[in-house]
Amino acid sequence: MDWLNANNLPWLIPVPPLVSFALIVLFVGRSKLWTSIVAVTSVFLSFIMAWSLFFHTTVTDKFGVTEAGEHIYDLHIFGSDFTWMDLGPTAFKMGVAVDPLTAVMLFMVPLAILMIFIYSVGYMRAYPVGDPHEIRFSRFLAYLSLFGGAMLTLVVADNLLLLFVGWEVMGLCSYLLIGFLIEKKSAYQAAVKAFMTTRVADVLMLVGIGYLFVETGTLNFREIMLNPEVLERLGDANLTGFLGLSAASIIGSFLVIGTVGKSAQFPLHGWLPDAMEGPTPVSAMIHAAAMVSAGVYMVIRMFPLLEAGGNPHHAEYTLPLIIMGVIGSVTALGAAVLGIAQNDIKRVLAYSTISQLGFMVAALGIGAYVAAAFHLITHAFFKALLFMSSGAVIHSMEHGEQHMIAEGKHPPHRVQPGEATPWGNTHLGLHGEAPDDAEWQPVMPDGIQLSFVAVPNDMRLMGGLINRIPVTAFAMLAGAASLAGAPLISAGFWSKDEILADGLLFLTDSSAFEGHAPWLHILVFLSLFFAAILTAFYTTRMWMMTFLGQPRSEMAKHATLKHEHHHGHDHAHDEHGHAHDEHGHVEAHAVVEHHDEHHHEEHAPAQGFDFRAWWSVYSNSFLMQAPLVVLAFFALTAGFVGIHPEFPILEWFTGGHNFFHEFVGKTLLHEPPGLPWSWLPVLASLTAFFVGAGLGYAIYGTPRDADEKDFMNVALGDPVWHALQNRLNLDNVWLRTLYMPFEWFGRVVVYRNIDKELIDEALHGIADAATAIGEAIKRFNRVVIDGVGDGIPYLIWQGGRRFRSIQSGRIQQYLLFSALMLLAVGTFFILQLF
Amino acid sequence: MELTWESLAFLIFSAMTLGGGFAVVTQRNLFHAALFLMLSLFGTAGLFVLLVAPFLAAVQVLVYIGAIAILILFAIMLTRRIMGLETTLNSQWPVALITMVILFVSLLLVLTPLGDNVSGERLNATFTEIDKESEVSDVSFTTVAAIGEAFSTRNGFVLPFEIVSLLLTAALIGAIVVAREDEA
Amino acid sequence: MVPLWMFLMVSAGLFSLGVFGVLSRRNAIAILMSVELMLNAANINLVAFWRYLNPDNIAGQVFAAFVFAVAAGEAAVGLALILAIYRNRQTVIVEDVNLMKW
Repeated sequence: MDWLNANNLPWLIPVPPLVSFALIVLFVGRSKLWTSIVAVTSVFLSFIMAWSLFFHTTVTDKFGVTEAGEHIYDLHIFGSDFTWMDLGPTAFKMGVAVDPLTAVMLFMVPLAILMIFIYSVGYMRAYPVGDPHEIRFSRFLAYLSLFGGAMLTLVVADNLLLLFVGWEVMGLCSYLLIGFLIEKKSAYQAAVKAFMTTRVADVLMLVGIGYLFVETGTLNFREIMLNPEVLERLGDANLTGFLGLSAASIIGSFLVIGTVGKSAQFPLHGWLPDAMEGPTPVSAMIHAAAMVSAGVYMVIRMFPLLEAGGNPHHAEYTLPLIIMGVIGSVTALGAAVLGIAQNDIKRVLAYSTISQLGFMVAALGIGAYVAAAFHLITHAFFKALLFMSSGAVIHSMEHGEQHMIAEGKHPPHRVQPGEATPWGNTHLGLHGEAPDDAEWQPVMPDGIQLSFVAVPNDMRLMGGLINRIPVTAFAMLAGAASLAGAPLISAGFWSKDEILADGLLFLTDSSAFEGHAPWLHILVFLSLFFAAILTAFYTTRMWMMTFLGQPRSEMAKHATLKHEHHHGHDHAHDEHGHAHDEHGHVEAHAVVEHHDEHHHEEHAPAQGFDFRAWWSVYSNSFLMQAPLVVLAFFALTAGFVGIHPEFPILEWFTGGHNFFHEFVGKTLLHEPPGLPWSWLPVLASLTAFFVGAGLGYAIYGTPRDADEKDFMNVALGDPVWHALQNRLNLDNVWLRTLYMPFEWFGRVVVYRNIDKELIDEALHGIADAATAIGEAIKRFNRVVIDGVGDGIPYLIWQGGRRFRSIQSGRIQQYLLFSALMLLAVGTFFILQLF
Repeated sequence: MELTWESLAFLIFSAMTLGGGFAVVTQRNLFHAALFLMLSLFGTAGLFVLLVAPFLAAVQVLVYIGAIAILILFAIMLTRRIMGLETTLNSQWPVALITMVILFVSLLLVLTPLGDNVSGERLNATFTEIDKESEVSDVSFTTVAAIGEAFSTRNGFVLPFEIVSLLLTAALIGAIVVAREDEA
Repeated sequence: MVPLWMFLMVSAGLFSLGVFGVLSRRNAIAILMSVELMLNAANINLVAFWRYLNPDNIAGQVFAAFVFAVAAGEAAVGLALILAIYRNRQTVIVEDVNLMKW
């Protein structure tokens, strides 16, 4: 098999990370260096293959579907398959395929994953190195490799089943990684929550997949999505389906539910903010490159099915589209509202992720296929960047904290309003996860404590960090600009603009709706418009609070990414799990993993390039900053491929083509029409950005005190503010409405009434009867069988006991008996003679 | 039985044999018992002479008195610490005595004319006839050469002779093995 | 000439004495001596029968010689056993050597 053939190459793309997973788990896990090399190399291989393939597709003539209806995909979609399961008349085929949508995913995913891997190597080395946690680092990279392999599998899959396999493996990996610090109750609770929440959605999604297979006999994307007859049959409620719904609507609804779980859409969004319990690279992985993207990718992939029987461009909405539009709008707006009230830097980003995913889902709900895909790509870049930057910020804050501890000061700890169980110690989880304290538990059931903010994550304690960590600050500025939609220069602007343009179709091209009321368009546009304003607002707030102004705490004053060593302070070492006790400090400097600016000048290798020295001393800052720079580039420029062709001034750049639109659009059977040019969406985007960012700057641009109440807190009042911080108590609502009734039913009805009284009583009765029978048999056994069995040996024993005195051991007695017996016999013979 | 030198010698030897035997089984002092055993064996040797078996008589004296009895004496002396026990006979000796008497009477009844009177007819005619006739031929003195020939000719007793010699060898080795002190 | 039955009577008496000794003496060496008496009684019988019944056949004397040999072996092994027992148990009283019992 010619593996370098573009048709076969997709098979190989997911392989290296999976191999890396096996290698790390089985062989090289003991060595941090080799684990890092294996993991990064594997992803790099995937990256090379994926990008080669991507650029190959861009120069392939008529790649994807050509002129409407004439799909000659065998030639212009790369892919191959084999018969996996023979089902009699048909055969189930496993295969891979690369169409334009997959191609752009192959551009984004491996790059993001590669950056995350490199960043992880630097970031996670701070994790404990001593036994028994030596293996932690390797385990992390192993999980991450599996995660990446699964995501790539999902991307190249040409059928829903293989996609679902990758989907589920990612669910597993997210569980493992969110609960990576399994010692912490909050971490494993978050892991279980993420796993169970997505599981609910996945089960329904599997139902949809099963239904689809029953209806069509295949799960292959091309055979369904590019086959007008199949789509038409599925979309016709008179031919298929029931309850007045077409099969496509039912299947599509189930699939959308899968996405709602996977991409953390309302009402299954609760797991995602908690997923912050995982180390920061996990957040980047889940929120940008893999997990949540997979959900959106899946609905984009299945879009032709979702719209079958309707046409959103003519305001003929099908059920799945309505679900997506409504849920996406609610999620985008709701999460953006929640985002403004968060003080935890990672949590702000978590809500922004939910919100941005809501943008994509809502966009897809109104048929903005290309815009959703576009935003998926740009979002992945800038969100990965933001998460990694926040990780660097947290990292630096922790160093400030250690600096304080080293100087004998107590780092601050805050008890959040409404937090019922105080935690009073200063022993912090590394990298700002919740404290490692077994006593700390969420308050059940009235206030699940969600507003907890770990100290290094707390933006109120930051400020002025731009002077401490400038590279990170500017990288994060690029990401924030993209997220907020800074005009022209950021990727987020262009993709968000396209979504808004799609939403505004009801104004710009109302004739297209042919008299139908474009209510979903209006809803989506309004929600997303306000969400965009809020996004710009909280993004500005986040960046300003973090980087500008004066340091609001000792920690912030001493925050740095440079890894200072605090001599003689074991606590600081313990924080990083270093056990240098056996080394003198002078020797220790040469072997420390956190390099020290001052010392690596002294201990720098004199000549030649010593990789191990570089690895152990110099690599950290490079490994953590290089990915930020790379991603910052893409976060700013990735949007330029999708500029509206008639955008004024930039015509020289676009050349009259919207590359992304034309490229991805060919994925569909009927290439979606280009949007008509209008100033309205641009105006909306600009308004959103400037209103939001301007407000943010006006409020948070001024220096403020750490204990000062947040302006929005004052403006909204305490109850609303706290409700926002606690996610509007939604989890509590779910607890009461979803969990508790079932728990009550299980505990009272099933356990007590049915299980204990009914079943247990019956079982006890049976058991008692069996015991009684057994007793009778036992008695019979004792008397009859044992009586006979024991009686015979008893008689023999008694006889033996009586007769044994004959056996005296005295030889003469024996002889006497013998003589008497001989005499008796002899006498008998003698008497015979007479 | 007329009193001849021969019959006189028979009586003396018989008395030696039986008297010695009685002393062997009754004598308290084991050393004395051994000496009486030698007396008894000597009487037996005399009887052999009367029966015209001089070779056997010589062997009796040489082997029995000269070897076995001496061996017994050695054994007695090696175990002398328990010589002179309070009781010579065990607790069952009356029963043994009765048994002995019954056995003796039975043998007499079978082997001697005393049994004739029991049933009124001849129980063992052959023996009695021989006795009555008293005409046992004057047998020539059997020579040692004749016995040696019997031991070494094919028609004689070569095989039993060899077997007995093997038996003796085995007894010799066995006695050494059993009697020697353990190395340990 | 002394009649055959008188020899047989002596032989019977000697044998009976030997039996009594074997059955009633406590000392193992005495028992061994009693056994020798019984063997002698047998020898007397053998030689007497040879002399009176079949003096031409040397077999009677030969058998007596065999008895000597067997008696010598018996005495040697028996005494060796007695010595071994004495060494182990400091006794030659057969009643004390009664391990072979229930």
